[in-house]
Amino acid sequence: MSKVIRGTIFVVDDNIDTDQIIPAEYLTLVPSKPDEYEKLGSYALIGLPDRYGKFIASGDTKTCYPIIVAGENFGCGSSREHAPIALGASGVQAVIAQSYARIFFRNSASTGELYPWESVDRLCDEFQTGQEVTIDFERNCLINHTLEKEYPLKPLGEVGPVIDAGGLFDYARLTGMIPQKA
Amino acid sequence: MTMTLTEKVLARAAGRSVLEPGENIWVNVDLLMTHDVCGPGTIGVFKREFGADAKVWDSEKIVLIPDHYIFTADERANRNVDILRDFAHEQGIKYFYDIVDRSNFKANPDYKGVCHVALAQEGHTRPGEVLFGTDSHTCNAGAFGQFATGIGNTDAGFIMGTGKLLIKVPATMRFVLDGEMPPYLLAKDLILQIIGDITVAGATYRTMEFAGEAVERMTMEERMVLCNMVIEAGGKNGVIAPDETTFEYVRARTDKPFESFYTDPDAKFYADRRYDVSQLEPVVAKPHSPDNRALARECRDVKIDRVYIGSCTGGKTTDFYHAAQLMKGHTVKVPTYIVPATQKVYEDLFTLKYDGQTLSEIFLAAGCIEPAAPSCAACLGGPKDTFGRMNTAEVCVSTTNRNFPGRMGEKTAQIYLASPYTASASALTGYVTDPREFLA
Repeated sequence: MSKVIRGTIFVVDDNIDTDQIIPAEYLTLVPSKPDEYEKLGSYALIGLPDRYGKFIASGDTKTCYPIIVAGENFGCGSSREHAPIALGASGVQAVIAQSYARIFFRNSASTGELYPWESVDRLCDEFQTGQEVTIDFERNCLINHTLEKEYPLKPLGEVGPVIDAGGLFDYARLTGMIPQKA
Repeated sequence: MTMTLTEKVLARAAGRSVLEPGENIWVNVDLLMTHDVCGPGTIGVFKREFGADAKVWDSEKIVLIPDHYIFTADERANRNVDILRDFAHEQGIKYFYDIVDRSNFKANPDYKGVCHVALAQEGHTRPGEVLFGTDSHTCNAGAFGQFATGIGNTDAGFIMGTGKLLIKVPATMRFVLDGEMPPYLLAKDLILQIIGDITVAGATYRTMEFAGEAVERMTMEERMVLCNMVIEAGGKNGVIAPDETTFEYVRARTDKPFESFYTDPDAKFYADRRYDVSQLEPVVAKPHSPDNRALARECRDVKIDRVYIGSCTGGKTTDFYHAAQLMKGHTVKVPTYIVPATQKVYEDLFTLKYDGQTLSEIFLAAGCIEPAAPSCAACLGGPKDTFGRMNTAEVCVSTTNRNFPGRMGEKTAQIYLASPYTASASALTGYVTDPREFLA
C-alpha cells in the first residue's frame, strides 16, 4: 500500500516550544474529554509570534494546513501531551522538522495524533507557508509541488506502525502486547 | 562492563545486570506523580483503556499533587482538582495532597504546592528509584541520585494500569564542576552557563550528570536547581551521585529503604565537560530562549518592570534566603513577587531569620509584594487571574526556568531568567543587575 499525505504547509522556525503550540492558559482543557479535545484543537499554535500569520483562520476551529514544516527542536519545553493533541485536533496530520524535543516526539507517537517526520535538510528557510507538498511514506521523501523539488526524509522507523495503529495502546493491542478490550 | 549511575538505576528497574545506551527496555516504576493539569487527562486515558472499574497498579506508588491552577476562579481549573479528588477516593490513593478551601490555603494542612519541591519535602525522592511524572521538570528529583523524567498523559495512563514503561536508555553527558563557588554565584548561574554552552537541544535524549567538588559542597536545594533545568537543554534526566548530604535529607523525611548507585570511574560518557566555577560570573538568559545567555553586567541598561521569585526552580527556602540576604536594608524599585513553592517554604519565610529578621520581614521592609499562596502561579502563565501573570508586554527578571514567548502569559512580554541573587539585585535597581553591586 502506498501511503501519502498531500496538503498545504505552515512554516515555522527553530525551538517552537509547547507554550507556543498550546499556551498554559488552555491546559485546563482535558484532552480525554471529546468536546475539550476539539476545543484544544481550535487553540493550536495560538501562542506563536504574530509574524507567522494565523494558523487557524478567525472564526474557524480547524486549520487549513495539515502539514507543519519546522526547524530544529520542535516541541521543546513542557511534557504536556496537549501539544501534539492540539495539533492533531486542529487537523494536522504530520510535522516535518529538522529535529524534535524528546517528549514531544514520544507524545506524538503514543497518542497517534500526528507523524513526526525528520527532514535531512533544513527546509524551513526554503519553504513558505501556503506551498503544496506531498509526503511519500514509501519512498521517505517530500515533494514540494510549488518549488517542483523533492527532498529526502529520515525513515519513521518503529514509530510509524505505532501511529498507523492509532497510538501506543492500539498498537500494543494489535501486536498482542496487552489484551484486547473486553 | 562499566556503567553510569543512570544506566545502573535503569538496569535495576529492568531486572538486568548490564545494559547499554540506546537499548529499549521495560522498567518497573517506583513512583508516578501527576498534578491538576495532566492528572485528569491521565485518569481519562487510564479509564478509557483499562475500563471504568479498573484499579491502579499500586495505590501507594501514585502521588497526586494539585499545584498548577489552584487560586483561580476558572471553573474548569477548579473542576480538575475535583477530578483528582474523586479519583484519589475511588482508588484509595495514599498520597493525595488536597486543597478544599481555596480562600485560605493555610486551612488545608494536606496541601503542599509545587509538585517537584513537595515530592522532595515529603520524602518521595529516593536514591536508586525510577520516578515518572506528567511534568517536564520531574527531572528535578535526579538530584537525589535517581532516574526521574517527564512523560505525557498516555504514557502515564499506561503506568497507572501496569506499573511499567518502555524507555530507551540515554547516554550520559558528564559535567564536572570544580573549584570554589564565589559568594555571588548560585547553582542557577551554573546551569544557565551550561545551557548557554550546549544550547536548548544540546542534551536531547541524554542524561546530564553533574559531579565535581562544587556540586559535592551544594545543599540538596541547590543540587535540585541543576537537575531541574536539564529539560531546558533537552535532557531526558539529570543526576547527581548521592552522598551524606543526600542521605541526611532523605532519612529525615522517609523510613523507606533505598539503594545508592554510582558511576564507575572508567564509565563511558557521550560527552565529558569540565568547568572551573571560580572563573564564572553571574549570568542571565535573555528573551526568548533559556540558552540566550549573557553576563548580568552586560545587561545593565535593560530597564525592567517587575521581578518574580518563585517556581520549582527558584522558589525554595534557600532561594528566598539568598534573595533576603541581598535585599536586606534596601528598597525595591519595581513590583517584586514572592511566590513560595510549597506551604513548608511559606512557613519558612515567617520563621527563618537572616541577620535578626525573618525573610518575610526583610521582603516587606524592602517593599516586595506580600508572599503569595504557594503554587506554580505565573511561572507558566495560566488562567488570566493567576497571581503575578504577565498580562502586558512588560519586562521581568525571574528565577523560573523557561522564557520562550508567552511562557509567563502575554507573548510579547520579555523574561530574563536569573539566579535569586541577580533577580534581587535587579529589583533594587530597576535594571538587570549583577549581584556583585550589592554583595561585598
